[in-house]
Amino acid sequence: MSKVLIVKNLRAGYRGQEVIKDISFSVEKGEKVVIMGPSGSGKSTLLKCLVRLIEPWGGTIIIDGTNVMNHNVDIRKIRMKTGFVFQSYNLFPHMTVLRNITLPLRVVKKYSNKKAEEIAMSVLKIVGMEEYANRYPLQLSGGQQQRVSIARALAMEPVILFLDEPTSALDPELREEVLQTLRKIARRGKSMLVVTHELDFAEDVADHIILVDQGIIIEEGPPNEILYNPKNERTKRFLKSIMRRMKNSNS
Amino acid sequence: MLDLFFIIDLIPDILKGLMITLELSIISFIIGFVIAAIFMPARIFGGTLFASIVRSYIEVFRGTPLLVQLLLIYFGLPSLGIKFDPMTASILAFGLNSAAYQSEILRSSLKSIPESQFLSGESLGMSSLQIYRYIILPQAVRVAVPALVNELVTLIKESSIASIIGVVELTRRGEYLVATTFRALEVYIAVAIIYFVICFLVSQSTRLLERKFRIPGYERGGG
Repeated sequence: MSKVLIVKNLRAGYRGQEVIKDISFSVEKGEKVVIMGPSGSGKSTLLKCLVRLIEPWGGTIIIDGTNVMNHNVDIRKIRMKTGFVFQSYNLFPHMTVLRNITLPLRVVKKYSNKKAEEIAMSVLKIVGMEEYANRYPLQLSGGQQQRVSIARALAMEPVILFLDEPTSALDPELREEVLQTLRKIARRGKSMLVVTHELDFAEDVADHIILVDQGIIIEEGPPNEILYNPKNERTKRFLKSIMRRMKNSNS
Repeated sequence: MLDLFFIIDLIPDILKGLMITLELSIISFIIGFVIAAIFMPARIFGGTLFASIVRSYIEVFRGTPLLVQLLLIYFGLPSLGIKFDPMTASILAFGLNSAAYQSEILRSSLKSIPESQFLSGESLGMSSLQIYRYIILPQAVRVAVPALVNELVTLIKESSIASIIGVVELTRRGEYLVATTFRALEVYIAVAIIYFVICFLVSQSTRLLERKFRIPGYERGGG
């Protein structure tokens, strides 16, 4: 199998403070990798660094065979073939759902209006939002908005989908619809790198789980090993804390 | 005694100045907007020489009285060999002055659009120019509409200052009538009524514009 993403010795931070300290991992084609870790551990920064939404300090990032860190690489070409889903959806509120998806297809991929609309409708169908094509984002629930933003990312036919805590901004009762959508996309064989605290989702979907704390990988492996038989003390503590939180939100 | 019927009789005569008042304020508004739009990149990116020039420009025009700016342009500049007729001098003074205020309006509207919108566009492979054109500006303009309409209302009222250098707009018309009728109270009430009605109509148009440009679902807040 070929690797869609290779990260080597990545370092990054803000205003002189190092947030990511030497992280290396890779994602195979079709593989689902979940990143977990306490808040403030640098997971979101890590994800944003991969397509240089935040400029990394150093290291190597190779996406689909192209070195992202290369000085003369056109980063927009890389972003065109990666999908990014944000915690707060970040749809464009002044455009309909349909236009949210067709805009990048038309201006970035230079597709015709007709072709862009066909693609948009087909991805909306995948996330079950085709009936809402002519609505505006703020007329939708958070879960629906997040499904649209997943559709927008899918429409670009990305080689890998990056998801940054896609359910964290949602009320518990809205999370399941988004997770179902993501499961469906996972089954279609899309390569995914997901930052999430959803243990059930990680268990069903992930091929590999990476635990990040204080800017380094503290433990990694297949879900049953990480979730049921963690070796690292910090991993155990972290898992206990999310299970406690889950119990609280369910009761 | 105050003669109400006399006020009504005066209105048609004063209205002859209306076109000049509107011309003054609307052309100045457009000049101000164009300059403010040219200033915008400097205000967004900052840090350049152009940006500091723009900042000084805004400070100077906001920090000195409009009347002084008008007098400088009309009476001051001729000493340097630059002469304008009263109308042109007024439009210039109001336009340059309004540019400073409109530039501030545009800047704060732009700043009100969250950074995440930019990030979202970037993540889809859009260029900065595309992001501004399709995502940031259309939203910023909607935010700016009420403040811009307010600026136009301000200009309509401030344009009465042009009467001082002899532009025959609404206020100057009134002054003429006072000179012939000696009824200052009735004349200036009539002038005030006309200004009020126009300004009221213009500010009400904000509502129409806001409805037209409204982002659906916005009034309910985020999901």
